[in-house]
Amino acid sequence: MGFFQRMMVLDRRIVFVLIAVAVVTPLFIPFRLKMHPTPASRGLYDSVRRLPRGSTVIISGEYDPGTAPEIQPMMIGALKQCFRKGLKVILMGLWPQGPALEEQALQEVFQEREFKEMGLRYGQDYVNLGFKSGGGAVIQSMGTSIPVAFPTDMTGTPLGKLPLMEGVHNLSDVAFVLDFSAGDPGTPAWVMFAHDRFHVPMAAGCTAVSAPMLYPYLQTKQLSGLLGGLKGAADYEWLTKSPGKGMQYLPSQSVAHLVIVIFIILGNIAFFVTKRKGER
Amino acid sequence: MRREIPLFITATTGVIFIIAYFIPHRPVNQIQQLFLAWLYIIAAFAIILGVLNLLLVNGDKIYKQSKGWGYSVIIILSFLVMAGIGTFNLGGRATSPLEEGTSFMWLFYNVYYPLSSTVFALLAFFVASASFRAFRARNKEAALLLVAAFFVMLGRVPIGNYLTSWIPLKWLQLSTIANWIMAYPNMAAQRAIMIGIALGIISTSLRLILGIEKSYLGGE
Repeated sequence: MGFFQRMMVLDRRIVFVLIAVAVVTPLFIPFRLKMHPTPASRGLYDSVRRLPRGSTVIISGEYDPGTAPEIQPMMIGALKQCFRKGLKVILMGLWPQGPALEEQALQEVFQEREFKEMGLRYGQDYVNLGFKSGGGAVIQSMGTSIPVAFPTDMTGTPLGKLPLMEGVHNLSDVAFVLDFSAGDPGTPAWVMFAHDRFHVPMAAGCTAVSAPMLYPYLQTKQLSGLLGGLKGAADYEWLTKSPGKGMQYLPSQSVAHLVIVIFIILGNIAFFVTKRKGER
Repeated sequence: MRREIPLFITATTGVIFIIAYFIPHRPVNQIQQLFLAWLYIIAAFAIILGVLNLLLVNGDKIYKQSKGWGYSVIIILSFLVMAGIGTFNLGGRATSPLEEGTSFMWLFYNVYYPLSSTVFALLAFFVASASFRAFRARNKEAALLLVAAFFVMLGRVPIGNYLTSWIPLKWLQLSTIANWIMAYPNMAAQRAIMIGIALGIISTSLRLILGIEKSYLGGE
């Protein structure tokens, strides 16, 4: 049996092992690759950068632990950029796991000296409204009244007792929406209701697999920016000058992509060589 | 009447939601808010249905000792532990089980989080294996898809830049090609899909509002 025939019947466990090696090796032998942020990533960063100090921003988390390696670095990056800009942050989620992951992101941000020294206070500089089921209907309801959609925050405190929420009655009082989503309900619902219906500018971050679906919103400027997958997260970390897990994991993804592409090329060469031999 | 009343409710609700989209003022927006509040309640009931379904399906498996019934035992036990600790805030001094440091959050971060991540991470291995076995240029369309995948997979990660950064013409570099594929051919195809879906939703919604589509009522 020749090399290409052997390739055609390659044991998939060999593929698994090679992928594992490709993913794990860069974690133990780290190397830096020069970053080239995409225009879509730059769009999100610039949109937040242009917001006036003291503006209120909604950051919504529609993801779960499975997609957190891609989305969580974006969430951390967004929190850092907002806090550095002196923006007021309203966290929430249309997925049940979202607000808990947002809390974890907050804890990670507050471990850094820079943010510890800012003395940010819950209720004054940021709040977490928690999860609400209903998807697009929740956003629609927030357009008319946020306290109706979320009578209390994540831990049961009425919104009226939170100073940050004093001047925030509905989506018109919000300067910008950042949505980090891994599926449905997610960015399309925010675009449909928050942007199109209530004219709130917004940008989004999503998993690599869902990024292609959101490109039409970029072209129409319904989204001012888009972070797609781990590359988007790493771009954002590079732009905000806060290297984190996005940049740390990107070499692993790079090498894994390269290995998969090599496998695809080898598989196709083997396919054509064995096909030609068969024809003869 | 058993059919007429639900049809009337559907038509009225649908029309109010359409009007509220274009006229966000009193009294339409107030009626819409009321309907949205009802929607949250109905959505909450879906959780009860989900729980019942989970218990019935897995309980039946355990009772009949069907293949893999041990997994059903784990599912039910895990559900009872998480739901019990979350509902009654067991083992926590905080007022809400969702506060940091509670048993519920400990389970979320230390059990649910790693399990969910592990299962999702397995996807990378299956994607790699499936790409190797099935991604073949058998015809023109498949070849086109293959070429696009090649550029996007390498062009979207820094290694693509590294491999082609020596090319003086920027538009020939992998990242530029990948960005172009995403922003033009991909965007056009996605838009076509979105328009198709939107037209489908509009026609189905109109059929429901006008009472032409009645299959959701059940029966004949």
